[in-house]
Amino acid sequence: MKLFGHKVPFTAQLGMVIIFINAFVAIFGPWISPFDPTDMVGDSWADADATYWLGLDNLGRDILSRMIDGARLSIGLALMITMLSFSIGIVTGFTAAVMGKWVDIILSRIVDLLLSLPTLIFAFVVLSVLGTDIPVLVVTLAVLDSTRVFRLARSVAVNINALDFVEAARLRGEGLWWIIRKEILPNAVPPLVAEFGLRFSFAFLFIAALSFLGIGVQPPDADWGSMVRDYRDMISLDGIQPLYPAGAIALLTIGINFVVDWILAVHSNSTTTEP
Amino acid sequence: MFKLISQRLALGFLTLFAASVLIFSGTEVLPGDLATAILQNNATPENLAVLREQLGLDRPAAVRYVEWLDNTVHGDLGKSLANDWDVAEEVGPRLKNTLFLASYAAVIAVPLAVFLGIMAAIRQGTLFDRFINGFTLLTISVPEYFLAYLLVKYLAVHHFWFPSLANVTEDTPFFSRLYLLFLPMLTLLLVTLAHMMRMTRASVLAIMSNPYIEMAYLKGLPKWKIVIHHALPNALAPIISVIVLNLAYLIVGVVVVETVFVYPGLGQLLVDSVSKHDVPVVQACGLIFASTFILLNLTADVLGILSNPRLRMPR
Repeated sequence: MKLFGHKVPFTAQLGMVIIFINAFVAIFGPWISPFDPTDMVGDSWADADATYWLGLDNLGRDILSRMIDGARLSIGLALMITMLSFSIGIVTGFTAAVMGKWVDIILSRIVDLLLSLPTLIFAFVVLSVLGTDIPVLVVTLAVLDSTRVFRLARSVAVNINALDFVEAARLRGEGLWWIIRKEILPNAVPPLVAEFGLRFSFAFLFIAALSFLGIGVQPPDADWGSMVRDYRDMISLDGIQPLYPAGAIALLTIGINFVVDWILAVHSNSTTTEP
Repeated sequence: MFKLISQRLALGFLTLFAASVLIFSGTEVLPGDLATAILQNNATPENLAVLREQLGLDRPAAVRYVEWLDNTVHGDLGKSLANDWDVAEEVGPRLKNTLFLASYAAVIAVPLAVFLGIMAAIRQGTLFDRFINGFTLLTISVPEYFLAYLLVKYLAVHHFWFPSLANVTEDTPFFSRLYLLFLPMLTLLLVTLAHMMRMTRASVLAIMSNPYIEMAYLKGLPKWKIVIHHALPNALAPIISVIVLNLAYLIVGVVVVETVFVYPGLGQLLVDSVSKHDVPVVQACGLIFASTFILLNLTADVLGILSNPRLRMPR
């Protein structure tokens, strides 16, 4: 199999299939879900059978339907966080690189400081004051995560900024926004795409971990992380229920890592072979 | 060398100071303050004003910050909002538990990771190397609780080899503590091992392409000798930095593992306090976690300088 003129190894193909299935389920969830995820259709913790493929949960709801429903929230939230953090990180990172001087120094110092703290801990401090509504979660995690995007965006843009065509644009009198959008962004896409995958899987794991700890998505909403939390007691009764949502989280992360590894390998090869 | 190290130390303490400001101001600059956090839905303007005065929130933030920092470095972490307990008394034993679990995992993970990493580098391309690589790629991308519940299911529930809950008390003897904590330790081990091992392997292999390594081959040294004597010393700095980074991760990663195994550590306290909006406890725990993280990174910097003769002996 070939894509954009590059050979796609088996692991990357597998990763793409996993990502595609997850995206499909998240988008078309309500149409493929066998039951209403909030309907109590039978006894609590009923075993899996031909009708209820993964069994029923603590309130007698179909686990498969809840997983399909949770996919939308888990993946959707992670996507929102990543897109927001990329918007913040790329704009500030490029601005720092193009403007240079004190703008660069101030922004870089702030980011260094935020990076010197463990993200999880800082998120805890913020969430303990602001509560755990979904908009708060998204903005907090996006801002914390944008620091890493800033680092990459800045270092990529500093190199591009030193090239002649940017100098030419500046001499013709183009503004900051034009230079960022038309001169730097198109040339910074490949490393940023790989980073997008990494940041997405980080945000995805992070929001799931917060929900698992009980300070992320709150009931009645449920994502995969909070489902692991809801089902965790079953593990000591020899149940397998918490492993379904946890396994779904693990599978998607592995899939993304496979694809990102491939993109990174292709990118590093193309930069070393082409002069 | 002393100039370099003292620069790093100064920078480290500056970061520590800035982190404390950040943790303190995290509750200041955000909309809503301690009083609204406590009162939640009962927050009428009058109630708020009274409580703010009680808590001293009507005074300027800078004054309160200095007071807070002064109390904190003197060991007074304030009182919990949820149950009025002294935070320092609450935190002390839990910090000990968390450190115990983290060092238990570290003592086993670090030597094992370095050993396996070197072995994989020596036997590069063999079945052993590829197996280790594949296995660690899996454990790297999987969330901690997935690994933890898998371990519980197969090692604690199917076979009653290890306990699934780590309910230790103050006077649990050392060896039964080790036994009770085996599964949490194994989870942390699996999560951190992969990263450290891959980095050790990569750093050693990066050195192996140098001309002096080829010279060592040509003079007929066996491969393990080349790796140990010629490659490893030069690969030490990146290995040390990734080990310390993982130790810092251990301290933070325990939060999830403690919740899975209901282990009375600092992470669990932190999580409980966040959902109870117990800001003083969150600040105290946050500061402890953040300073451990910063101090470990500082240690990595200093060790990195010490392990490099070129930095050790400046011209």
